Amino acid sequence: MTAATVMSGLLAVEVPYWASAIIKVGVVALVVPTAALVLGYVFLLKMMSFMQSRLGPMEAGPYGTLQLLADGLKFIQKEDIIPAKADRTVFALAPLVVLVSTFLIYVVIPTGPDAVVAQLDVGIFYALAVSSLSVVGILMAGWASANKYALMGGLRAAGQLIAYELPLVLAVMGVVIQAGTLDLQKIVTAQAEGEIFGWGGIGNPFILTQFVGFFIFLVAVQAETTQPPFDMPVAESEIVGGYQVEYTGFRFLFFFMGEFGTAFAFAALAAVLFLGGWALPWGDLTHWGFNIAGPVIMLVKVLAVAALIFWFRFTYPRLREDQLQRLAWKFLIPLSLVNIVITGIFKVVL
Amino acid sequence: MTAVSADQRQQLAYVATQAADARLNVEIETEGMTLNIGPQHPATHGTLRLVARLDGEQVVEAEPIMGYMHRGYEKLAEVRTYPQVTTLINRIDWLGSFANEVPFILAAEKLMEVEAPPRAQWIRTVLFELSRIANITLFLGDMAVQLGALTPVFMAFRDREFVLNQIEAATGGRFHPNFDRIGGLKDDLPQGWIDDTKQAMEKMRDFCDEFEELVLGNEIFQARSRGIGIVPAEVGLAYGLSGANIRASGVDWDLRRDGHEALAYDQVDWKVWTHPDGDSFARYWVRLQETREATHIVDQLLDGLPSGPIMAKVPRIIKVPAGEAYAATENPLGEMGYYVVSKGDLVPFRVKIRSASFSNMSITPWLLKGVYVPDIITILASLYFILGDIDR
Repeated sequence: MTAATVMSGLLAVEVPYWASAIIKVGVVALVVPTAALVLGYVFLLKMMSFMQSRLGPMEAGPYGTLQLLADGLKFIQKEDIIPAKADRTVFALAPLVVLVSTFLIYVVIPTGPDAVVAQLDVGIFYALAVSSLSVVGILMAGWASANKYALMGGLRAAGQLIAYELPLVLAVMGVVIQAGTLDLQKIVTAQAEGEIFGWGGIGNPFILTQFVGFFIFLVAVQAETTQPPFDMPVAESEIVGGYQVEYTGFRFLFFFMGEFGTAFAFAALAAVLFLGGWALPWGDLTHWGFNIAGPVIMLVKVLAVAALIFWFRFTYPRLREDQLQRLAWKFLIPLSLVNIVITGIFKVVL
Repeated sequence: MTAVSADQRQQLAYVATQAADARLNVEIETEGMTLNIGPQHPATHGTLRLVARLDGEQVVEAEPIMGYMHRGYEKLAEVRTYPQVTTLINRIDWLGSFANEVPFILAAEKLMEVEAPPRAQWIRTVLFELSRIANITLFLGDMAVQLGALTPVFMAFRDREFVLNQIEAATGGRFHPNFDRIGGLKDDLPQGWIDDTKQAMEKMRDFCDEFEELVLGNEIFQARSRGIGIVPAEVGLAYGLSGANIRASGVDWDLRRDGHEALAYDQVDWKVWTHPDGDSFARYWVRLQETREATHIVDQLLDGLPSGPIMAKVPRIIKVPAGEAYAATENPLGEMGYYVVSKGDLVPFRVKIRSASFSNMSITPWLLKGVYVPDIITILASLYFILGDIDR
């Protein structure tokens, strides 16, 4: 996603283990805040403002680009308040758990033939597993705040994230069946080298065959990142921010970064799974040039998916808790099961 | 040792299970949680406090506690001269402030036995409807934001400006015009105002069309508001609901048509909208239709605006003869009335304000029983109260 990612990918084969490990850590540590900033600026500040007939920030930096940095500085200056009755350790740990789960997803997202921090055989499995770690952090925050609104928010989040983990995994399953692998890198190559009825002009991005899976994935991502129409855990007008209600300053900033970092990570996952990832269907996929072009291609696709995610966010009202559960269990999960069955049948027949 | 018979063993086993069940019940039975919603809570737009006893996400009972914003207008009115009172009562329902002035002035005019000239009555009615549009426009956006959709409220604020600009052009005040006088109005309309207002009404009709699709047509909005907070007509009447809240329950009652006040509503052709369902969706729907109807009323009134003076003959220093009078009008929030008692002084002896939101809120303990926490917000938003109108 950044030049540094590419560097680490290029260098990974040459430098000693400890050096590459440091570079990788640095890259991930750099990518998450940058991703949060980019999404926050482009979508939260600008796109949302235009949709709501406002200008958004205009004063800080050219076209308001530095507004989020100013906001970040402001958060850091704020007093760090821990409520008197809060469980101090858990309260302090919770934002870190959320943020770490976000960081961990980035480890497996490939942005070029070598530009990947860790190429795991079970990459997608790992990504979905660590992404659900954030539930723990949110529950911790809700419980430790010693606040009724926070507790309700934490419990709502737990119920919601568990319910939507399932359709998320099942939606990905169709892609996995079609690609025949759990490795994200191989999923990318499978799409670039694939053919549509013998025609390989644009490869075979899985969105063409797995459009149902893509739809379910997007809905589930919306719920995973607790964005409207599934933002009950933070619902400002009901439970006033939910689990975030007692957090101030940089701890609140951590939640904020976690939210946008996760949105970016899931958009990247969607780009890899459904839109062909970093690869272009023509050209030699092992060429080193893709280590430089890959991140750019990825970024374009990620922003396209993120635009969809945020478009929903600014458009829809919020569902009720029971309606959300009903949607997950009675609609999305059966639909994704049907999708898997159909994919399986085609896989066997063709 | 005597052997235990099969019968006895069965009985003992039964007792044991019962005891185990009872123990289990004691363990599982949880204490309800008392949740203080407000006085500082975004959904109470102001300082309403709602004490809700919850069982999980379900409300066992909820009680609204009012008075956090009591400003004592009834008492303050007793030490203000009649023209000064309008400045105060402007601030009761702060979104539709001109509408607050009208019933008080009408009550005072009744006592003085003056009647405003026709042109003044017509302009009064026009401004009254403009305040209604400005007020309800914000409700249309606000209820959407309470349900989690951020965008409509910005559109509502944007388009409300068209109306506020017209109110400002005519009266000099955007929110607190203080324009109504006993016996007429402060000023005549400025030049070009009629055409500008008609254009603004055209824009407000576009706004209503847009919201009918954007909000009322949204599946999630419907899922959240249909069947939520149903007020049967007889219950609503028993609690003293008025305005769009009772019309959404199918009661065809509107003081603009059924009241006795001398405004110009009988001169134009318009319709009272009702909805049979009585739920939150119906309340939103009725208010949207009323906003559109109000733009038609304004258009017709402006077309037929009579010429003539805007002020009746009233003494320079207003002394209201002794007596009592009540005047009520159909304000944006519902029936608003002033009971004015005069002892023949410069100041009223007693003013009782009947504000719509106070009565509309009284139904909440009945309505909130057994609903989920998110539905509290839907119901509060759809009942549409303004804190100033509750606490005065």
